[in-house]
Amino acid sequence: MPLWLELVIRIGGVLAAFLILPLLVGQAEHKVMAHMQGRLGPMYAGGFHGWAQLVADGVKFVQKEDITPRAADRPVFRLAPAVALVPYLLALLVIPLGPNDLVGQPLDVGLFFVLAVVGVGVLAVLMSAWASANKYSLLGGLRGAAQLLAYELPLVLAAASVAMAAGTLSLSGIVEAWQPWWLLWQAPAMAVFFLAGLAEIRRPPFDMPVADSELVFGYLTEYSGLRFAFLLLAEYVGIVVIAALTTVLFLGGWQGPFADEQLGWLWTLLKVAAVSFVIIWLRVSYPRLREDQLQRLCWLVLVPTALAQLILTATIRLAL
Amino acid sequence: MSERSEPAGVPGSGLVKGLAVTLKTMTKRSTTQQYPDVAPDLPPRSRGVIALLAENCTVCMLCSRECPDWCIYIDSHKEEVAVPGAARPRQRNVLDRFDIDFSLCMYCGICIEVCPFDALYWSPEFEYAEYDIKDLLHDKDHLGEWMATVPPPPAHDPNGEPAKEETAAARKAAVPAAAAARPTTPAVRPDSRPAARPATPAAVPPPADAEQSTRPEPAGGSEPATGADGTGDGAAGEGTTR
Repeated sequence: MPLWLELVIRIGGVLAAFLILPLLVGQAEHKVMAHMQGRLGPMYAGGFHGWAQLVADGVKFVQKEDITPRAADRPVFRLAPAVALVPYLLALLVIPLGPNDLVGQPLDVGLFFVLAVVGVGVLAVLMSAWASANKYSLLGGLRGAAQLLAYELPLVLAAASVAMAAGTLSLSGIVEAWQPWWLLWQAPAMAVFFLAGLAEIRRPPFDMPVADSELVFGYLTEYSGLRFAFLLLAEYVGIVVIAALTTVLFLGGWQGPFADEQLGWLWTLLKVAAVSFVIIWLRVSYPRLREDQLQRLCWLVLVPTALAQLILTATIRLAL
Repeated sequence: MSERSEPAGVPGSGLVKGLAVTLKTMTKRSTTQQYPDVAPDLPPRSRGVIALLAENCTVCMLCSRECPDWCIYIDSHKEEVAVPGAARPRQRNVLDRFDIDFSLCMYCGICIEVCPFDALYWSPEFEYAEYDIKDLLHDKDHLGEWMATVPPPPAHDPNGEPAKEETAAARKAAVPAAAAARPTTPAVRPDSRPAARPATPAAVPPPADAEQSTRPEPAGGSEPATGADGTGDGAAGEGTTR
């Protein structure tokens, strides 16, 4: 296979995952949330249980007028959705789906790259918030900055723990080194990583920056049309990325009950779906955390837990 | 997380409880009604709209007078009906207009209750919203169209007391047998009154007239009391005796 064809296939696959998985997660969120609240959710679009609801939403967003407020900082305002979206696309590039290099781009410093790239998301929040010239956007952006910077720390510490356990920064390498008993050993790190990841993608109950009942729609207030759709899409790609990272780092990635070589991709996708379900489930079940509770949870619970996990991991690594 | 308002028990049990509630709700069937697609399963005797069977209406105006909202409008005129062989032509009410204003109606059903001739019925149809409130005034023909949607009366409750029609029929069936057994005893008071009173005034006093039997018999003392159970019958009896 020539190099260019392989590249096209790999990038095409990543792009397909980037466009399809968030839609599946979004549709699942519509239906799961509805049923958890005793409703039915969308039932009309597409004919069968509203399966095409998000397609219809996309068509609607494309038709809408793309408004830039007069007082807005035009280039920054217009660039922000792209800045929100591209890091997740890059992150998907290095997350392994199965064994034998079934990955967009195998990277030895995959974990480092993913964490660095996901951290760029903060920038998109700040850009959109500041450039909107709207007080609600600005409040949302300030909250977002405080939250995202705070939660970056436990996220990285928890990821460092599993990297230390596996002895590698390569995501494929971590999956290969993973053993079932790590579920117990790395459980605190998993909880910390998952919660911090939720906060990183601003999902309820950590949606203070958006907080639609107090800040209109936070840093998304002034956006409309396709740009708003991109920012929403970024949120759902974020779910996929966080679920995939949790899967790869803590749940053993492609390691399944049988036929890892052939069905590895299926195990990975199933685990990603399960984690995404939990993310939706948490959103339905819990109310939004107040700003002080948010910071308290981060600094008084997650960071100490992550540090203790690091010590535990180091101790066991040295003992073994 | 583990703050002031944590109730007694395992810390975090409230969080688990919340997750359990949403998960349990998800596994249950939703009760959402898909109304425009699926017709609602209405209970019997649903009050949707009032149907008019115009042939039964005698323009007695009871419904219109009893209506708390005064939303029934009736107009009529009298017609002379000459029956061949009759002494003189009779008069008959003809219904010109029977409108119910459903923008005023409060669906109390009193008109249907009071109608003595079963000209009004409940229909379960409820989809008659209009763009103009004036169109909610249903005229005679419109009300008549609803008759097609009136359901048959619900089956009789097996534990309820028997219907009036049934008891009346049973009593009527029992009367000839009783009359054959004791021909002198009057079975039904209005029928026996003209014959029984002149023949045996003191022997068989009606129970209601017991205290009045001390009066002089031929006077009309018992006449109002007995005439009260059927005014038409009593009037006819008076007319024939004089």
